[in-house]
Amino acid sequence: MHLRRGRAVNGYSASSEMLVEVRGLRKHFDLRKGLARLVSGQEGHVVKAVHDVDISVRRGETVGLIGESGCGKTTLGRTILRLQEPTAGSIFFDGQDITRLNDAALKPLRRRMQIIFQDPYASLNPRRTVEEIVGLPLRLHENRSSEATRERVKVLLERVGLRASHIGRYPHQFSGGQRQRIGIARALIVNPEFVVCDEPVSALDVSIQAQIIELLDNLKRELELTYLFISHDLSVIGYVADRIVVMYLGEIVETGTRDQVLDNPCHPYTQSLLSAVPQLDPQSRQARIQLKGDLPSPMRPPSGCKFHSRCPKAMKICSHVKPRIYSVSAGHQAACHLYEESTR
Amino acid sequence: MTEAQMLKVRGLRTTFRTRHGAIKAVDGVDLDIGYGECLGVVGESGSGKSVAFASIMGLVRPPGRIEAGSIMFEDRELTTLDPREMQRLRGKEIAMTFQDALTALNPAFTVGNQIAETIITHDKSDGSKRDRIRRARARAVEMMTLVGIPDASRRVNDYPHQFSGGMRQRIMIAIALACRPKLLIADEPTTALDVTIQAQVLDLIAEIRATLGMSVVIITHDLGVVAEHCHRVLVMYAGQVVETGPTENVVAEPRHPYTSGLLRSIPRLNDRNARILPIKGTVPEPINLPDECRFRPRCPMSADGCRVPIAMRKIGHDREARCIFAGDEP
Amino acid sequence: MTSAPGLPATSAESDRSILADNLREFRENSLAVAAAGVVAVFALLAAFAPWIAPHDPYETDLFRRLLPPAWEQGGDWAFLLGCDALGRDVLSRLIFGSRVSIAVGLAVILIATTIGTLAGLAAGYLRGIPDAIISRLCDILLGFPYLIFAIGLIAMTGPGFQNIILALAYKEWVLPCRVVRGETLAAREMEYIEAARALGASRLHVMLREILPNILSPVIVVATFRMAHIIIVEASLSFLGIGIQPPVASWGSMVSDGREFLLDAWWVSTFPGVAILLLVLAINVASQGLRDAFDPRLQR
Repeated sequence: MHLRRGRAVNGYSASSEMLVEVRGLRKHFDLRKGLARLVSGQEGHVVKAVHDVDISVRRGETVGLIGESGCGKTTLGRTILRLQEPTAGSIFFDGQDITRLNDAALKPLRRRMQIIFQDPYASLNPRRTVEEIVGLPLRLHENRSSEATRERVKVLLERVGLRASHIGRYPHQFSGGQRQRIGIARALIVNPEFVVCDEPVSALDVSIQAQIIELLDNLKRELELTYLFISHDLSVIGYVADRIVVMYLGEIVETGTRDQVLDNPCHPYTQSLLSAVPQLDPQSRQARIQLKGDLPSPMRPPSGCKFHSRCPKAMKICSHVKPRIYSVSAGHQAACHLYEESTR
Repeated sequence: MTEAQMLKVRGLRTTFRTRHGAIKAVDGVDLDIGYGECLGVVGESGSGKSVAFASIMGLVRPPGRIEAGSIMFEDRELTTLDPREMQRLRGKEIAMTFQDALTALNPAFTVGNQIAETIITHDKSDGSKRDRIRRARARAVEMMTLVGIPDASRRVNDYPHQFSGGMRQRIMIAIALACRPKLLIADEPTTALDVTIQAQVLDLIAEIRATLGMSVVIITHDLGVVAEHCHRVLVMYAGQVVETGPTENVVAEPRHPYTSGLLRSIPRLNDRNARILPIKGTVPEPINLPDECRFRPRCPMSADGCRVPIAMRKIGHDREARCIFAGDEP
Repeated sequence: MTSAPGLPATSAESDRSILADNLREFRENSLAVAAAGVVAVFALLAAFAPWIAPHDPYETDLFRRLLPPAWEQGGDWAFLLGCDALGRDVLSRLIFGSRVSIAVGLAVILIATTIGTLAGLAAGYLRGIPDAIISRLCDILLGFPYLIFAIGLIAMTGPGFQNIILALAYKEWVLPCRVVRGETLAAREMEYIEAARALGASRLHVMLREILPNILSPVIVVATFRMAHIIIVEASLSFLGIGIQPPVASWGSMVSDGREFLLDAWWVSTFPGVAILLLVLAINVASQGLRDAFDPRLQR
């Protein structure tokens, strides 16, 4: 049902240029419990954290996924990795449909797709040594001697800028930036191809943030990684991403190359987001586009275009017709009624 | 300093005694805040920026202690002020908002009650109790309207959890502003907020500062926020002030290697292809710090002359930096 | 590649696990250490009772009937705490009685904690049907009155060491189960769990290797303070005559034995009563010390 461009049902496609391809992905959370699911209606009880999302990541590129809290970007990242069960849609990894694979079938794929987390405190088991944390993937996937595992862990620690002699330490003995490096080592020890970076620098101080961004950038080039880089910080996304995807309330509102989105933002939401980023240089400051009100409750999103309740350019049609995704220029798309004519 | 200053802090030192040794969280901080001025205080975690202002507010609790220094607020010395006097001053003349609006507000009371309580506490006017409560309630609604909460007269009876993060931050600002303080200290007012909401809150603070004519301190780790909103900036590192001056000048031409390091660490949207240059190493733990330039281990310019305590050096009439290379050029 | 960042000053110390930190914290609490010492003394008494007890606890001698403690008038220094109505040495019976209390307490807690921890992990991590079954079972068992059910069970199966343990353990596991379930619910949301799953870890691995070590401290605390409770319940059952059967010495039955002579021979009931009090108090204080040492909020 999800065959595209002559892909084989199993095995790999001829062209593996697309490493990750997601079509019509939905992840809904049903907040009703037990019997209530049978009795009460869905309205107001189901959070559509991710709704009809298409996203593709080419081998070797960094896709920056940006959005504010509650927009579903983290859920999207985890659903792509099958850490959460998709409600509908399909996920292809290197041409293989992984949407419905069971745990056993997923296990070999886990080596190829990894995740780096936001919180360097919550993402490391406090009761385990660095050796156990970073070496865990090897123990799960390979039958190596503990000596060989230790050597490999040491190599990885040096690689991410830690000392090999720290192998016996516990997470609480490290600073935030160092812990983030441990998390990176754990994700990379299995030589993955695709890494979801879920706000990897948001919890860090400015100077440490820059170190980690540099580290991720270097590792990407040396190990030929592909990133889905999730962040709420447009400056960071603007620095690391080749392409940018903007999310609002579970849906994608704009995609394009980095320069397309940042130089010529088309969706009014992207425009206001860009105008709100505090600028260091006075000459690059622009008039702030003030948004009305707060983010609506994801349980009761507005009808039509979900952004219309806050949109400074809202038109009559926006409140009742959901916009299609319109192509603005090659590779640049926006889900906004303003661009309706431009498709003709 | 040429003009009269509202707040004048000299040689402030706040220490936390722990079983691992004394932590000099704030070590010899001088700062001035003028009337109507907006000062940005920038630093990373452990720089002492929050402790410095908690000290000014008299909010440092044991094992923390102000060990030295003077804090002159207008004509009063706060370090020796009677605790009851200090209590009266807090809220009425100096007010503070905190990063986490959800834990800073009491979940058991309506926001209207919490705003009104501050007003009643500091209301020394005559009149019956009922009168004062009524006045305070009316003022609470007024404050909520001022900070841009729609439908304030109805929402005054809502509880903190019924508001969004941005709205809670506004309520905290409303509480802080309820007694028309002369000085508002906003500790990381936007860190917990999304960028579009963050812009709204900062613009609101700027607007209120202009209308009420108060002075504002914004404590933040985000240089961009300072660059957009503050007249002057104070950069802190490991418990000390390392650079101060008018924001524009400091951002355009930093004179302390830490400030320039910070500026080079930030990716810029308008110059996307420029590489960022991280500062190497990590912030030192503020315990048993050697008597030398605290940035020396991470500094690309470090020299033998940096191994002694470095004093602030004047640069022109309105700037200072704690670096031996700072005074060299005009 | 960026250079290796400097280390925080605290890491100059040797590699410490959280557990090592907790134990150091505990050692600094002198009251709790003293209490743990008292518990250890009781445990040693129980373990080496045959060598420590000055007399045979079962040896009766009617000439020594209700012999008062050594310091009272008519006392004998050979029978330090006096003798009971059958002329048995109270001190020796006390020492042997500690075996019953500690053995029953340990056995019940070991069984209950093991079952409860595994059930709680399964309920909290797997959720869904396992959770529904285990949680409902807990609710039902909690509705049973403890003592009455224990009496009923023993009445049916007859008294005896194993039956007492069974009667006490049948619902004792509910408490650790609830604690573990709650802790697991919180722990499963942690990102390190997600990280283990992302690396391809099995559910068993996640439950036993990632979650369990992190929730062990509350389990240990619950186990210790419930052990004090079990010791009291066992003493009550023995006092009522449905616990450990005579002539085996148990503190509860010793208190009961001395009941009739309370006015003339106070020592028969009082010393076992004091022993119960002392052991239970010591366990509770030590348990509180453990709780304080484990609680991250009380640290630093």
